[in-house]
Amino acid sequence: MDHFLHLLSSGLARGAVFAVFALALVLIWRAARIVNFAQGAMAAATTYVAFAVTAATGNYWLGLAAAVLAGALLGLVVERGVMRHVARQSPLNSVIVALGVVMVLQAVLGIAFGNDYTPMRVPFSMEPLWVGGVPLLSPYDLYVIGAVAMLLLALGLLFTRTAVGLRMRAAAFAPETSRLLGVPVSRMLTLGWTLSAAVGAFAAVLVIPTELGLNPHATDTLFVYAFTVAIVGGLDSPVGAAVGGLVVGVLLSLVTGYLGSTLAPIAVLVLLVVVLLVRPAGIFSARQVRQA
Amino acid sequence: MSAGVVAPRAGTPPEAAGEPLLDVAGLTAGYGGTPVLHDVALRVPAGDVVAVVGANGAGKTTLLRALSGLVRPRAGTVRLGGADLLAVPVEHRVRAGLAHVPEGHGVIAELTVDENLRLGGLWRGGGRDLRDAVDEVYALFEPLARRVASPGHQLSGGERQMLAVGRALVSRPRLLLLDEPSLGLAPRVVADIMAMLRRLCDDHGLTILLVEQNVRSALSVADVGVVLHLGQVVATRPARSLLHDDALRHAYLGF
Amino acid sequence: MSAHSRIDARAARWRPGPTLRRLALTVLGLALAITATLALEPYRAYQAAVVAAYLCATAGLTLLVGRGGQLSLGHAALMAAGAYGFGLTSNALSAADVAGPVRLLVPLAVGVASAAALGALLGAAGARLRGPYLAGLTLAVVVAVPAITSTFSRTLGGDRGLWIEIERRPEALRPYVGAEQWQAWVALAAAALVLFVLGNVGSGSAGRQIAAVRDDEAAARLAGIDVTRVKVATFTLSAAAAGLGGAVLAYVTQIANPGAYSLVFSLFLVVAVVVGGLGSLAGAFWGALLLVALPELTSSVTDALPVSAGLAQRLDGNLAVLVFGVLLIVLMIAAPRGIQGALTAARRRDMRPRRPARGATPAPGPAAQTQGDPAARAPTAG
Repeated sequence: MDHFLHLLSSGLARGAVFAVFALALVLIWRAARIVNFAQGAMAAATTYVAFAVTAATGNYWLGLAAAVLAGALLGLVVERGVMRHVARQSPLNSVIVALGVVMVLQAVLGIAFGNDYTPMRVPFSMEPLWVGGVPLLSPYDLYVIGAVAMLLLALGLLFTRTAVGLRMRAAAFAPETSRLLGVPVSRMLTLGWTLSAAVGAFAAVLVIPTELGLNPHATDTLFVYAFTVAIVGGLDSPVGAAVGGLVVGVLLSLVTGYLGSTLAPIAVLVLLVVVLLVRPAGIFSARQVRQA
Repeated sequence: MSAGVVAPRAGTPPEAAGEPLLDVAGLTAGYGGTPVLHDVALRVPAGDVVAVVGANGAGKTTLLRALSGLVRPRAGTVRLGGADLLAVPVEHRVRAGLAHVPEGHGVIAELTVDENLRLGGLWRGGGRDLRDAVDEVYALFEPLARRVASPGHQLSGGERQMLAVGRALVSRPRLLLLDEPSLGLAPRVVADIMAMLRRLCDDHGLTILLVEQNVRSALSVADVGVVLHLGQVVATRPARSLLHDDALRHAYLGF
Repeated sequence: MSAHSRIDARAARWRPGPTLRRLALTVLGLALAITATLALEPYRAYQAAVVAAYLCATAGLTLLVGRGGQLSLGHAALMAAGAYGFGLTSNALSAADVAGPVRLLVPLAVGVASAAALGALLGAAGARLRGPYLAGLTLAVVVAVPAITSTFSRTLGGDRGLWIEIERRPEALRPYVGAEQWQAWVALAAAALVLFVLGNVGSGSAGRQIAAVRDDEAAARLAGIDVTRVKVATFTLSAAAAGLGGAVLAYVTQIANPGAYSLVFSLFLVVAVVVGGLGSLAGAFWGALLLVALPELTSSVTDALPVSAGLAQRLDGNLAVLVFGVLLIVLMIAAPRGIQGALTAARRRDMRPRRPARGATPAPGPAAQTQGDPAARAPTAG
């Protein structure tokens, strides 16, 4: 039972990060109707930035800030430099081009840093705290949960309370009408990529030190988890991404704890197949709204 | 002219007497191969309601889309208040005073009534001025005031049309382009909408360019009627005289 | 509609023709290719075998992506299914002292069947999905391959892979034909079979159904096409071709290991079909050739560069990935029809300066023009 509580609570911490990474996918999907298959590789690149800055300055927080900024910049470059020029006649085209971005980024990282794992330091202990004789969350888990909660709150406020958030939502839902109303739709699209890549960078810096380890391919599995989260929650739904993240995080934590970590990707695959067969639009999809 | 949402903005020079607010000449536009509009000329005097009528496929929607920039014309000039409109990017035409309510009203179903309305005035930035404009629309269209927080997809057809026009008004337009506001609405609701347009014109001095397939309703509120046939203007007359010109009606309007 | 019925009529009139002609072309091409291997050094013959094995997979993938409009990132995993199916069967037969052609053909068939079964499952799960969803599902499969091989490491050999006991070339041929030549023959025969079958499917009524489903599912359904069945069948066929490629590769290399069937390799396969031209079987050949030639080229470039040992090690492998990635982005943006599209266009300009006007029929959508058209006329690659 103690073991179960420990797995459950640490699963929530992992799930919180998956939720954020999935949210980054949802942001681009809503803005551009593109599943950004390059998001994992982009986040790997920005995590190397965090690593380099932290190594040079000795300051974790500077590294985190640098990663988020680098993410925003990378999102801008990928959208303006590449994705914008893809013909949209088939939805596959943008997926294939994003795969090209994955290959370029991973190859550049491999050439610059090598394919070996690089250890990363974190500012808080990963040893679980004991509460009433039960090992629960570690200080690092608490930090992750707090950081994710603040990010979600900030994004929620941005989209519901600010003019730019309203413009971004309008541009995503109805680009043509939005242009007639004076919304610079193309700039909103770029902003969506920038924001999404920054959010993805943030999530990767939180999760890579704990389980994946830094490596050019570190985020391949993270992307698969996030994709699963987005499918479970529905690609259209930010709330779905949050809930889906927690579900996948707890599932992975339980599978890893009871059956071994090698089974984690298989468990996610099974979950993905089941959700796709049973409810392809996701559990929290805003589908009814879209059909109105 | 009373103050309110549709009053001209400060700093906008009043139109010179006799000069139309919208002046279209030689407009040719289309999609891909063959043009839909041929050499269209059109003048909309300030403070008038002009109705463009014609059969399905006459080019009415293309005309409005060319004016608001969604279709790039191949030839011709479009001047709004004397300024060249074609040089202005689509996103900036609302700043020039142009509001386009597109076919099928263009209410964004996922946003609430209030968000839809605010979107109309965001180009000026937020703040007090925007709030005032939105409140004036609520005063003008009371049904909307009761549904402030409802998402667009929950509204009735008439409410949606109201919301679309209201959102256009929030942008404080000089010229309102309306594409088939009667589409899919019950006759009673259509009558209400047309009466509302007339009121906006008479009481608030709004200039309206309306395209309609519902010829009778449109001409009953319009000052001037323009008959569009296969992409060409075949008649421009006072609306009343058009309604009573049997030959023209039979030839181009099918009733 | 009139254009459609015209094509139907023409297809009906010529139906026996193209199949026989394709068979003759395939046999001729295979004979030429087999003869050509005799002139090759052993290493080049081995490379020819690898190209042929890759060609099975790229041909299957190009059918799926170009004609079917379904993107799979899991074709490396499907090849792995073929390789492990082949390896386990071959080892079991060897343990049971079975020898002769049976020890080659049965494992190959089992490899194809395993990949087809996995493909049918994925196709069914993905049948209701559109592009990005299916791509994500198949991505999850390929990422799970190492997890699967290490979970069942007792059977599958874990990370080190599965060594395979294979049937070697027949006794009678040994004085005349090298081991590598024989492997190339087997691989070429497999590739010829795949090209013949896929070429027939692609140009027949099945191909039209596949393209109809890609272009507009709702319209295809109204036309009486069972959309789900077509999608699952396309995926299964494509998976079977990839499985044969994996089985042949296992035969040629005598090993099945998870590292060879990684996500990166799946991406390479996607690059290959894009470079060749989506939907084109001849393009699938160009792509398979590139998959073997380009890494060799980049590593010889790396060897020639005066760089430190560390950098050389980091460049090795990564440089090829970088070039493939850049190629993929540039091609998708600048020339989405690939090499074969360019060749076909050039040939058409030479032979038929002007195509008859289509009259009042509206032109098909741009997707149909860029993707479907060139492949319909693509001959087999031989």
